[in-house]
Amino acid sequence: MTVHTDGARTAAARLDARWVVTSATVVVIILAVLGILMAGGYDTPRAIAALWNGAFGSPYALFSATLVRATPLLFVGLAVGIAFRAGVLNIGAEGQLLAGASAAVAVGLAMGEFPRLAALPLALGAGAVAGGAWAGIAGWLKLRFGVLEVISTLMLNFVAAYVVSWLVRGPLQEPTRVYPQTVELAPSVHLPTLIDGHRMHLGLVLAVVLAVATWWFLTHTAAGFRVRAVGAGIDAARSAGGINLKRTTAMVFLASGALAGLGGASEVTGVTFALYEGISPGYGYSAIAVALLARLHPLAIMLSALLFGALEAGAAAMQRDANVPSVLAQVVEALIVLGVLAFDHTRTRWRSS
Amino acid sequence: MSDIALALEAIDKRFGEVQALRGASLNVRRGTLHAVLGENGAGKTTLMRIAFGLMPADAGGVRIDGAPVALTSGADAIRRGLGMVHQHFTLVPAMTAAENIALGGHGRLELRAVAARVQALVERTGLRVDPSARIAALGVGAQQRVEILKALYSNARVLILDEPTAVLTPTEAEELFAWLRRFVSEGGTAVLVTHKLQEALAIADDVTVLRRGQCVLTASSAQLDMTALVRAVTGDDAGEMFSRPDSDTAAAATSPARRVSQRGACVARLDGVAARDARGVERVRDATIDCYAGEIIGLAGVEGSGVHEILRLLAGRLVPSSGVATLPPRIGFIPEDRLRDAVIEEFTLIENVALRGAGARRGRMPWPVMQTLTAGLMERHDVRAPSQTTRAGTLSGGNQQKFVVGRELDEHPALVVAENPVRGLDIRATAHVLRELAGSADAGSAVVFYSADIDELLPLADRMLVMFAGRIREVVVERVAVANALVGAA
Repeated sequence: MTVHTDGARTAAARLDARWVVTSATVVVIILAVLGILMAGGYDTPRAIAALWNGAFGSPYALFSATLVRATPLLFVGLAVGIAFRAGVLNIGAEGQLLAGASAAVAVGLAMGEFPRLAALPLALGAGAVAGGAWAGIAGWLKLRFGVLEVISTLMLNFVAAYVVSWLVRGPLQEPTRVYPQTVELAPSVHLPTLIDGHRMHLGLVLAVVLAVATWWFLTHTAAGFRVRAVGAGIDAARSAGGINLKRTTAMVFLASGALAGLGGASEVTGVTFALYEGISPGYGYSAIAVALLARLHPLAIMLSALLFGALEAGAAAMQRDANVPSVLAQVVEALIVLGVLAFDHTRTRWRSS
Repeated sequence: MSDIALALEAIDKRFGEVQALRGASLNVRRGTLHAVLGENGAGKTTLMRIAFGLMPADAGGVRIDGAPVALTSGADAIRRGLGMVHQHFTLVPAMTAAENIALGGHGRLELRAVAARVQALVERTGLRVDPSARIAALGVGAQQRVEILKALYSNARVLILDEPTAVLTPTEAEELFAWLRRFVSEGGTAVLVTHKLQEALAIADDVTVLRRGQCVLTASSAQLDMTALVRAVTGDDAGEMFSRPDSDTAAAATSPARRVSQRGACVARLDGVAARDARGVERVRDATIDCYAGEIIGLAGVEGSGVHEILRLLAGRLVPSSGVATLPPRIGFIPEDRLRDAVIEEFTLIENVALRGAGARRGRMPWPVMQTLTAGLMERHDVRAPSQTTRAGTLSGGNQQKFVVGRELDEHPALVVAENPVRGLDIRATAHVLRELAGSADAGSAVVFYSADIDELLPLADRMLVMFAGRIREVVVERVAVANALVGAA
């Protein structure tokens, strides 16, 4: 055997090991869910059938539930993924998504009279800028004062939620002043649907394009290489690479926030068509599980976003048809985060010894 | 009770496809100092980690005082009277010496009682440490004494020291050895893991040599000489050639005298430069250095003298707080801590090559170019790795360093700054790196070479600069002059 094939084999083995662990995590979690269902005394076969049918069982399930849920998850999953790759622990995708949604609605309401080709990009762009700016606050606090972004981004999630509450009761509230929400956006600011009669919209295409673009950015551009270098070895990045850590970190905060903000903009222009308090059932938090399960790989994030979209759509159906509380989906998400971290920890220990 | 304090019997250990240890055995007699020698990757550290319960062996057994034991953790080993002083210290910088020593205790923490016990231990053992001093404020030598005290505080009867002199100045090393001799003469037992053969011959009672995971020699040091040791360590007769890296190999390329007469233009200049460290303490005052093409400047200085900062000033990694630094655009920098500052462990070799100049690169990554560069570099600089996509962290220390040296010296930078470039390397890798530095100067680079070991510097240096208390001074290339300047004597 030549030295070269030997190396190739080791590399392949390592790649396998990584994804074997991920698959094992998924299997363990499926077993855990079955355990919970049985322990709870639910009609397990019926619950599983409802889960499957709610996620993939019909064109409606796939195109109007699963993929509609997967779209925002893909945006925020990418936001968290790129941040974590750079060692920036942005757990504020939720707040950045809300900032993006608010800005997109504000701009969209103002631009209602404009043609779609102008109004829609402006609304989406406003969402990206607002999300970036919201993350930028945390970035500035970190670079200027050394405030840990884990804390600042988390706190800013609450601030963003209260800002939304204020907006829909104040400046952006519908004219009758009865409901805490905005008026519906004009059709010129609606993202077109992809299939007639289904809710799946252009935001999904945008998110997939961004996933591929993020992957390409990280692997094929000098700036993306800097992002990975800073995340994998910050001292070597500075000393051996001459990389400006502050500039790279700042860029990552802005890019991550912009992706999450775009997710919010896509949600209000593609699904809700208005701003109200509950527009996100915690997509920004699920994003952490989405990104970790995909091991921060942008292309794999597409798969894990799909999986989580299916899970959330299926869980809703499970509640309807088998009376299983849909919070089960959140339990599963939490289990995935714990599972991935635990497996990684064991692997690191095993490797370092 | 057995006469053997610590015995490792026929230990096997595999990591993936690498057989790290193959039937390795070690018998350490009570009341002796036992040196374990071997090149990098010979299995020394693995064997010691197994002895200390930090990892399980695949086969073979450990006996302490003759009784077979199955150690499952370092805490387990400590309970059975072992103590380990790691090469990289395991102290909490923000805590005092006494607090660090109390770590790992159980139940209520009576800090005052601990401090009193530590003080008693200090007086009994002669290991001078102020129990109330913060670790961050202590020098490397004192930190090491805290590590030893920590082991003794838990009643260690067998001390394992992993490359203890790697971080010490010569004087500190001599103090440590004197103390170790006293420790064993009072009935203690010590295992000294080292790759410095002279050191082992000089102070050990017994010597065990590991090569490629096997024990190839165990003998009393009285029966050994350098030639026999070198042959055992390297496993071939090239031994004599490499026996004294501090004389023959270093000067392999060109004699210093010739280089001085041939040196070229000034390529780098520090003019009245001052610099502060990360905490804002002024470390360098009014330093002026000229570096000329083709010369090797030996740089010496103890820890805290500002030598760390002057190297980074020259390498363009630190901006002077006053004064002017005029540096060439291309500088090769070989930092001391390669895993922290030079390579990214989880990156492939290609990616680590691409790291150089990453800060200024624009647009797309030129991966095919990087791949060609990596292949050529591995070939020219004898980097042994399965492939270019091998992760840097999986290479042995010697190959990692050859890789870093290759990357930094490739394409002849005008200035090369090397900080302890052969620290922790085995004889072969040391000779290789020193040859590369000399070759780089011959090819026209100005080389600034810092080492904590004067004997490494002298044969290679065309001139010697010594840092003391933030000031720089040029001295003649001679042992006594350098040693005096290091401690600030005239």
